[in-house]
Amino acid sequence: MYGRKVKLRFLFVLLVLITLILTVYLILKSLEENVVYFQSPSEIKILPKIEEKKIRVGGMVKKNSIFLESKEIKFIITDYKNEINVVYSGVVPNLFAEEKGVVAEGHLKDRNYFIATKILAKHDENYMPPEVKAALEEK
Amino acid sequence: MFKYFEPNKIFAITSRAPRYILLLFIIILSIGLTEALIFSPEDYKQSHSVRIMYVHVPAAWITLGIFSSITFLSIIGYIFKIRNFFLISKSLAPSGLVFNIIALVTGSIWGKPTWGTWWAWDARITSMLILLIFYVMYLLAWRIYENDNKIFKVTSIITILGIVNVPIIKYSVDWWNTLHQPASINILSKSSIHVSMLFPLLIMTAAFALFSLLIFLMKYNTELIKIKNKGLDRL
Repeated sequence: MYGRKVKLRFLFVLLVLITLILTVYLILKSLEENVVYFQSPSEIKILPKIEEKKIRVGGMVKKNSIFLESKEIKFIITDYKNEINVVYSGVVPNLFAEEKGVVAEGHLKDRNYFIATKILAKHDENYMPPEVKAALEEK
Repeated sequence: MFKYFEPNKIFAITSRAPRYILLLFIIILSIGLTEALIFSPEDYKQSHSVRIMYVHVPAAWITLGIFSSITFLSIIGYIFKIRNFFLISKSLAPSGLVFNIIALVTGSIWGKPTWGTWWAWDARITSMLILLIFYVMYLLAWRIYENDNKIFKVTSIITILGIVNVPIIKYSVDWWNTLHQPASINILSKSSIHVSMLFPLLIMTAAFALFSLLIFLMKYNTELIKIKNKGLDRL
């Protein structure tokens, strides 16, 4: 029903698409380590070796773990399986709070101790008015 | 069957419709902005910064939708040699570009008070920037080449290359750890956004869609006038 040229062009587009998707998939797969914005404490625990390079650790700020000292702030990032101690001197974002998401940028001193040079608050996907939040907490 | 679109009939619609759509756009936008800026509640955590979302999310949706449409039309246009589809794509692209920029800029403005940074090279934000580059390439191709057949081929290739990026944008927040939060609105499961916030969001999306339609019709009208002036009686 369609001409030969039309079929050939269809096949051409299909092949280009398949090749592209496969290529992009393979590239992203091999670059996975660099595509992720941060690593979880569990991923830090199984790192083959600790380097002096800049990395990011992300997770939740553990409840009752924030300690303010004269210039430093210390807290624990947890993914509810493993934990890592973080020390940081500077201003934290407004949304930085216990039991909320956080991403710390800096380097590892050892597997349990992270020296941050920058703190970012990670927002979650929940949006609700304060009254609803209060009602949810009462339940 | 696609070859015999009559420019005169289409022209009659595209030259008259914009004024009604403009009126509708103004009405919907007024309702949307009033809802988003005044009546909708503040967020429990980010308080009033949440209002940026009512511009950011619809802009991102529209730009993704437009790029997907452009790609679909270009591929079909390329396979079946339908000139009209390329003109529709060309007329759609500018509003897609504008909403892409709006999504990036509003995201940046939102990021500073919430995350604590204007920009992060995470997967979602970077892939959105790549989409912007594809929009720019697409529009540049229309300006660079003189020969129509060449334009059609080059723009088709650009859209095919760019479309691979679209699912990456959508699923980047699920596939990798990103600073950007995952989607709040899911068609299949329960949305994690409260109804009082979802409502203005949807109205704003409708307003932006109408704006894109308005710009599209005006651009498309220009293309039809160009064809008329060339004395072609069909597309």
